[in-house]
Amino acid sequence: MSKRAHLSIRELEVLAYELRQDVIQALVEAKSGHSAGPLGTAEIFASLYFSAMNIDSKKPNMPERDRFVLSNAHICPILYATLARRGFCDRRDFLKNLRKIGHPFQGHSNNHWGIGIETCGGPLGQGVSQAVGMALYARQTKQSWRTYLMTGDGELDEGQCWEGFMFAGKERLNNLTLIVDRNNIQIDGFTEKIMPLEPLADKFKAFGWHVISVDGHNVRAILDALKKAETIYEKPTAIIAHTVPGKGVHFMERDYVWHGKPPNPEEAKIALKELRTLQGRITSEHE
Amino acid sequence: MNNMASLFLNPKLYDKDIEQIPTRNGYGDALVELGKTRKDVFVLTGDLAESTRANLFQKAYPDRFVECGVAEQNMMGIAAGMALSGATPFVSSYAVFVPGRCWDQLRVSVAYSNANVKVAGAHSGISVGPDGATHQALEDIAITRVLPGMTVVVPCDYEETRKATIALANMKGPAYFRFAREKTAVITTTKTPFVIGKANVLTTGKDVTIVACGPLVYEALMAAKQLEAKGISCEVINSHTIKPLDIATITKSVKKTGCCVTVEEHQITGGLFGAVAEGLARTFPIPIEAVGMPDSFGESGEPSELLKKYGMTDKAIVKAALKSLKRK
Repeated sequence: MSKRAHLSIRELEVLAYELRQDVIQALVEAKSGHSAGPLGTAEIFASLYFSAMNIDSKKPNMPERDRFVLSNAHICPILYATLARRGFCDRRDFLKNLRKIGHPFQGHSNNHWGIGIETCGGPLGQGVSQAVGMALYARQTKQSWRTYLMTGDGELDEGQCWEGFMFAGKERLNNLTLIVDRNNIQIDGFTEKIMPLEPLADKFKAFGWHVISVDGHNVRAILDALKKAETIYEKPTAIIAHTVPGKGVHFMERDYVWHGKPPNPEEAKIALKELRTLQGRITSEHE
Repeated sequence: MNNMASLFLNPKLYDKDIEQIPTRNGYGDALVELGKTRKDVFVLTGDLAESTRANLFQKAYPDRFVECGVAEQNMMGIAAGMALSGATPFVSSYAVFVPGRCWDQLRVSVAYSNANVKVAGAHSGISVGPDGATHQALEDIAITRVLPGMTVVVPCDYEETRKATIALANMKGPAYFRFAREKTAVITTTKTPFVIGKANVLTTGKDVTIVACGPLVYEALMAAKQLEAKGISCEVINSHTIKPLDIATITKSVKKTGCCVTVEEHQITGGLFGAVAEGLARTFPIPIEAVGMPDSFGESGEPSELLKKYGMTDKAIVKAALKSLKRK
């Protein structure tokens, strides 16, 4: 039986902003961690976990579940926030205990805690091969579940990514969907300055992939791309999701300094208000 | 006194015409045997199917054979992904490449993720010969045994490699094991017991303990025979499992002998010597001498020339044993 959540587009859009607020709250408590990536991918996580993926929080190890591999595991606060809202773990625990000793919400996501996380990540590029291995195994054993993989864009500097992409192209893994968080920043600056990736879509095509470029904040576009990927014949699909790092908080947007730092309590207060009021569009909120 | 009978060792052990088979053949044969019943067993290689003997499995079960090309980091990650989905993958390459070239992937995707991946390092040790230093894996035991949760096995001959392959398939959790390229003496037989983590005491003695692993176990036995002729009785232990080390058996032996020699085709630092010294430091500290690669890279040459030059022969073991006896 399918365990997809099937939220409406409007509901997913609202959920994305709730996830962003959870991320900000958890980061303030944690006093360390990454802000830009988690905020920039909220619509993608909402779409995957509350619409596209066949998963069941009551049976996190259900064999026929779809797999999600977070290769850019430093953005795990958004994964934790999503898993918590989907019932895989306790939301209050996450808000209080991100990066705290003895809790599942480690600085980089890992599979030790039975909260629906498939693999250990952190060193970039590794999730690509892990996901490719999963998709290959599903194909060879004739299982119909799908593997979803997310990478950053700076992460694509790693040679291991391209080893995995080359392999997936060779094996025609059409049960594999990759979402690249194309937010154009990495720790030291803009991707095209640090290590140019363009023409990125052409590179994927040359490696035997089907490529779809989407606005990574447009839920309808994300859902359409995820659906389309399921229909592609004998090719893995790369969805290049163009996102704004730090999306939803004006002073974080597009500024690479927010890649790897959390807001302080004052910044968080401003950020949370912006997120609650959809950047000031809702003016009736009480102070 | 040797335990040939109780351990069912090769009756031709001390004969000049003892059978010589490369340990890697034991891997290839065992994989084919496993493949018959174990549908979860997959074999991966990085463009080295023939020399790792993974080609035997490839021929028998093409659907469960994965050719990864010359990309070891990706291969290790693919194995982890497959294992986490239910497979028992065997990653086959040269020991210099797996784990040498993908240690981070072994650490995070396999060991930290507790993925049931078996890593097979072929052409290990200096005896790989003419290919030279870059292809002589002399650090692989050190870098694998340091990883939490890893099992590390160094089988001594063809038969033991065959048994180790099957035993590792039957065990849950990540593991590394290594083979040699050259033909080496077949010391054990199909009946010789093999249990992961349980060392085999091959000869019983009272003067010196010799703990060896890999094909050099044969050299240790030859050295023991020469020492017996000098009136020195040796207890030779085949410590095929480096991790978890059977420190109980080794400790019991050195309590009797009071000194020890370790023998391995690996850097002295971090391998069997390291493991035994760490163990005995805690249980029963006694003088230990090491036979192994003396903190050096290798070079091209014939295997026998290299083993002689870098001190990994029966003669070197005799010398080390005499030295350890003096230090008692």
